[in-house]
Amino acid sequence: MAAGVAAWLPFARAAAIGWMPVANCPMPMARRDHSKKQDELIILNVSGRRFQTWKTTLDRYPDTLLGSTEKEFFYNEETKEYFFDRDPDAFRSVLNFYRTGKLHYPRYECISAYDEELAFFGIIPEIIGDCCYEEYKDRKRENAERLMDDQDENKDIKLPNMNFRETMWRAFENPHTSTMALVFYYVTGFFIAISVITNVVETVPCGSTPNQKDMPCGERYTVAFFCMDTACVMIFTVEYLMRLFAAPSRYRFMRSVMSIIDVVAILPYYIGLVMTNNEDVSGAFVTLRVFRVFRIFKFSRHSQGLRILGYTLKSCASELGFLLFSLTMAIIIFATVMFYAEKGSSSSKFTSIPASFWYTIVTMTTLGYGDMVPKTIAGKIFGSICSLSGVLVIALPVPVIVSNFSRIYHQNQRADKRRAQKKARLSRIRIAKMGSSNAYLQSKRNGLFNELLDLTGTEGEEQHRNKTTSLLESQHHHLLHCLEKTTAHEFVDEQMYELNCTENALQSFLSRSPSLSSHEGFTGTCCSQRSRKSIPLPNSSMSTTHTHMQSQGLQELSAIDIQCVEQPIHGTSRSSLNLKLDETSQLNNRGQQIITAIISLPSPPPVTSDGCGHGPPNPPATISTTTSLNVVKVSAL
Amino acid sequence: MGAVVGTLTMQTRQRRPSRDKIDDELELSIVCHRPEGLEQLEAQTNFSKKELQVLYRGFKNECPCGAVNEETFKQIYSQFFPHGDASTYAHYLFNAFDSSQNGSIKFEDFVTALSILLRGTTTEKLQWTFNLYDINRDGYISKEEMTDIVKAIYDMMGRYTYPALKTDTLKQHVDAFFRKMDKNRDGVVTLDEFIHSCQEDENIMRSLQLFENVI
Repeated sequence: MAAGVAAWLPFARAAAIGWMPVANCPMPMARRDHSKKQDELIILNVSGRRFQTWKTTLDRYPDTLLGSTEKEFFYNEETKEYFFDRDPDAFRSVLNFYRTGKLHYPRYECISAYDEELAFFGIIPEIIGDCCYEEYKDRKRENAERLMDDQDENKDIKLPNMNFRETMWRAFENPHTSTMALVFYYVTGFFIAISVITNVVETVPCGSTPNQKDMPCGERYTVAFFCMDTACVMIFTVEYLMRLFAAPSRYRFMRSVMSIIDVVAILPYYIGLVMTNNEDVSGAFVTLRVFRVFRIFKFSRHSQGLRILGYTLKSCASELGFLLFSLTMAIIIFATVMFYAEKGSSSSKFTSIPASFWYTIVTMTTLGYGDMVPKTIAGKIFGSICSLSGVLVIALPVPVIVSNFSRIYHQNQRADKRRAQKKARLSRIRIAKMGSSNAYLQSKRNGLFNELLDLTGTEGEEQHRNKTTSLLESQHHHLLHCLEKTTAHEFVDEQMYELNCTENALQSFLSRSPSLSSHEGFTGTCCSQRSRKSIPLPNSSMSTTHTHMQSQGLQELSAIDIQCVEQPIHGTSRSSLNLKLDETSQLNNRGQQIITAIISLPSPPPVTSDGCGHGPPNPPATISTTTSLNVVKVSAL
Repeated sequence: MGAVVGTLTMQTRQRRPSRDKIDDELELSIVCHRPEGLEQLEAQTNFSKKELQVLYRGFKNECPCGAVNEETFKQIYSQFFPHGDASTYAHYLFNAFDSSQNGSIKFEDFVTALSILLRGTTTEKLQWTFNLYDINRDGYISKEEMTDIVKAIYDMMGRYTYPALKTDTLKQHVDAFFRKMDKNRDGVVTLDEFIHSCQEDENIMRSLQLFENVI
């Protein structure tokens, strides 16, 4: 029952009096309405804007927040009103729903914000009225697509437990995931180009020796071209086999368009190898060479534009079909007409209707070669009608195809833009997240630092430190601290943790010197240990810059283009780090240490062992080689 | 071909005046009606001011133009009985409410009828019910009229009932009614017979008081 007509229920009950005389048995007792108080006005204060309505209006929908006792949680005793800290604009739609029984979706409202409001007030969006339902569904779909895009992006993050096969497949599908894949991508592209150019140049007549007529280069330098062809086919075969091996579903891969193109590209060569010098089939063999031109389609893996074009043609299949059909109809009609019109004239080229097809096509597409022209007057009249109608017939479906292409292209553009922005956005989010977790670690060190200060008695820095933490922050940190104490473990950040893992692995693998073993806890404990060990100030300033460098290092690592932090190498040993007061040098050292540590994770162990232990012996080498990993930008088209 | 197109358009243009008339009629029917003042209604009915306010607010919410036509009335009433078909009974109700018989119920009609039904004396209620049953307003309830009424009530039940409706349930019910009401066995029930018979029946008297506290 629609709540809108709830107002008429008393009337319907009163009208039931008409049944009474007809009834043979007594009526059931009605429930006495104990809450006989008058209908009261309820004040709903939504972020300062006051809405007022009757209580019965809200009671119409008892399974929502406002209609149930849930709103009592928001009741403010002093002001005798219900206060909601929500968006007043969105609340308008919610309240109108109670009043009119219809839920409307305002166009200016963001879809996710609106959904959240509805969820808060306990209203299911499916009851949106018909007038606004289309709009709502469209916006919801767009939003879902955007979220799916985001999810696809997340999948690019390297999953640690992929086996070799899956890694290879990912490398093939997304060349920018690893250097090897990129190299492979460019090499195959290069060889496709080479192969296509070879095929083309093969037929060019070159070398005019006086005694022989011009022969195409292919016949002149047979061996060279054969070698080139072999090389290309080798590469393509290897590539195809590797893709086949890596594909998650081999059957589906073999049926895909790209793999068919691959096969067609390399098959003629093998067939040519197999059948040699057999005069009958060599003619067919020559024809097969035509299929070598299909290699150019392999470029569609390398070019997004080509893929979009192909996709457009596929999606416009119906328009293309219509175009073809209408063209065929027109061609047949006009060819027939022209044939009969020109039948009379002598030496007419219009020998049959199929022969007239050529004239019709050339005329309708406004090519007009002029090899066949009508000579009679009737033929000329019909010929002109033919060319005029040709323009119309072709001009009609073409804009549809064009608009389809444009739409798909722009969609791709938007997706690419989103992806590019997303990287920057994610890096910002990551920095913010790291910032907050680092804040705790930093405050912890500050706490220790403050302990030190108490011991050493310097005041300037202390004031600076105390200002930075608010009451909220300090309470939060206290909480985290309690947790640490409870579990007898400490919070560390990601880099440290990974470093720990590798270091622990190294520790077990190589016998370590004691100085390095203390380096294991390259965490808060590490720093705290060291700060406890060595009292002087520089250590703590080092610890603060330690965190700064971390976030900075992360910033650098997460951006697409990475500048290598070229630090001058200080030939400092670990002990000397404790003595140096110069902050920048501390920064550099720590920075180098950290960067070394972080970047050298994927590289072989020995470097790490050197890098972490004493000063920074060979970091620049590792830094320079591995930054190339990160400087990647794949162009779209 | 241009001539063909031209003649076709000419034909459509001729048909337009009639369509305009329909639009005019539609516009006329969407005329608002305002009820009499609150004091007058209070005097005429047995409701207090506050009750009238509540009633009017509900009424105006559903019918912003101030008057209900039969279609809307049927729709509203049918919403309370989703199982069956309440349109026939709603039709009879509409006729009973529409005292001026002009095809629309204004707020005054609405409130007057409700006043009788909820705050009136037993006699008034029975009189109103008699008017409801007397479809052709001739002062007598015939067996056919009663059959129609009872059928309309059973229609509201819908098909799925327990026990299942049998073909002669209706006839039996009407016969029982007439046996009770028709004192002089002349085949019709007059107002006096009706009131008398109802006042003798305990059940009916009790059930008339059932909906008194609806507002």
